[in-house]
Amino acid sequence: MLEIQKGRDGMSIDKRVNLAEALEGVSDGATVFITGFGGAGFPNELIRALRERGPKGLTLVVNSATHRYSLTHELIANDQVRKVICTAARGHDKEPSPFETRWMAGKIELEMVPQGSFTERIRAGGAGIPAFYTPVGFGTELAQGKEVRRFGERDYVMEEAITGDLALVRADTADRTGNLAFNYAQMNFGPVMASAAKIAVAEVRTVADDLLSRERIQLPGVYVDRVVAV
Amino acid sequence: MSALNRLQVTWRAAQDIEDHQVVNLGIGLPVHCSDYLRPEVDVILQSENGVIGVGPLAAPDQAHTDLVDAGSRRITLRPGASIVDSSWSFAMIRGGHIDVTILGAFEVAANGDLANWDMRVPNRGPLVGGAMDLAACARDVRVIMEHVTRKGAPRLLEKCALPLTAVRCVSRVYTDLAVVDVTPQGFVVREMVEISRGELQAKTGAPLTFAPECKTLTAPAIEMAE
Repeated sequence: MLEIQKGRDGMSIDKRVNLAEALEGVSDGATVFITGFGGAGFPNELIRALRERGPKGLTLVVNSATHRYSLTHELIANDQVRKVICTAARGHDKEPSPFETRWMAGKIELEMVPQGSFTERIRAGGAGIPAFYTPVGFGTELAQGKEVRRFGERDYVMEEAITGDLALVRADTADRTGNLAFNYAQMNFGPVMASAAKIAVAEVRTVADDLLSRERIQLPGVYVDRVVAV
Repeated sequence: MSALNRLQVTWRAAQDIEDHQVVNLGIGLPVHCSDYLRPEVDVILQSENGVIGVGPLAAPDQAHTDLVDAGSRRITLRPGASIVDSSWSFAMIRGGHIDVTILGAFEVAANGDLANWDMRVPNRGPLVGGAMDLAACARDVRVIMEHVTRKGAPRLLEKCALPLTAVRCVSRVYTDLAVVDVTPQGFVVREMVEISRGELQAKTGAPLTFAPECKTLTAPAIEMAE
């Protein structure tokens, strides 16, 4: 059996930080990914920390600008957001959401993307693919201004990759090297968003004492820069 | 005339789902199709947030905030279920691995164009979600909707007036009044409630033809829970 060399067994890697350190280096104008879909996987502690840190002029890349269980709306209400790239921007309450009031007043920019193109654009960003063609959206308002090309019998819309500065990712369990395990449908945009950001920060329920076993790891720590237990 | 209520329309759509199909049910009314599948039918329900094998809704004492479907409903998993990330889930949809999707709609055109994603609600932001992906890429796209709007205007049209979700995608429409197929020759009525063909045509914004074997559309009594 091979003897594992000291210092190369992963035990020297330690990505654990506290909430205050988690967002170091984030500045005005950053493009920020935020995970979460259908009520699962919102990194709400990190979102709140971002609000407290206070960078302005942010571009948020988030599935919904208005989900009732995500604290994304607090960043918007705090006027830290210049633009939102999302798939859903409709509020749930009688009164318009913080996003909707600002959007209608022309104070915030909206780029609406079909959800599969949204996630694939982010995946492409983290996978070194600058753009791709998809049949989704062809013939609709959301394809306006985008290149259309015919392959075989079908028309396709060109969608460009999205990359960013920071990803806020919710997961269940991490180890100190940044490997992540998600709980049920918490995974959603976590893997692609972590891969497409310069700095990926994972907010987790717990950091395991030992390194996670291969079967449990759903996102390799290669993609994760910082880990915060909350 | 006995128009179906909305759950009866859902029941009718569910009857056409076949054994072993991979099915995605849209948020809102279509998800209720899973309550009315024929007893001998076993399907894999795919939810676009990555749940492959959605089971029944979770009992309150077993509900988990992280185990939800795309409509944020707390669910269970069927045996053999798996969960993948969003990009894999949509690759599954885009790649043609979903046999049937059933979606709600505002309008369907005689060429199969679908409008279901944006009602231009005053003071509200837009919402597209996964509707365009499902409509453009599921192998069979079926629609559940009221035959006419609340104001009585037709929803089956020559050309959609509202923003399109996808072009030439719908194969069949289930309404409170009829089951209508979209064919190269336009709308063909397969089943209709007991009204005259003239009345049904008057509530429809494009020419209807009637299948030679056109049947009476009926459904078991289902109470609408308000």
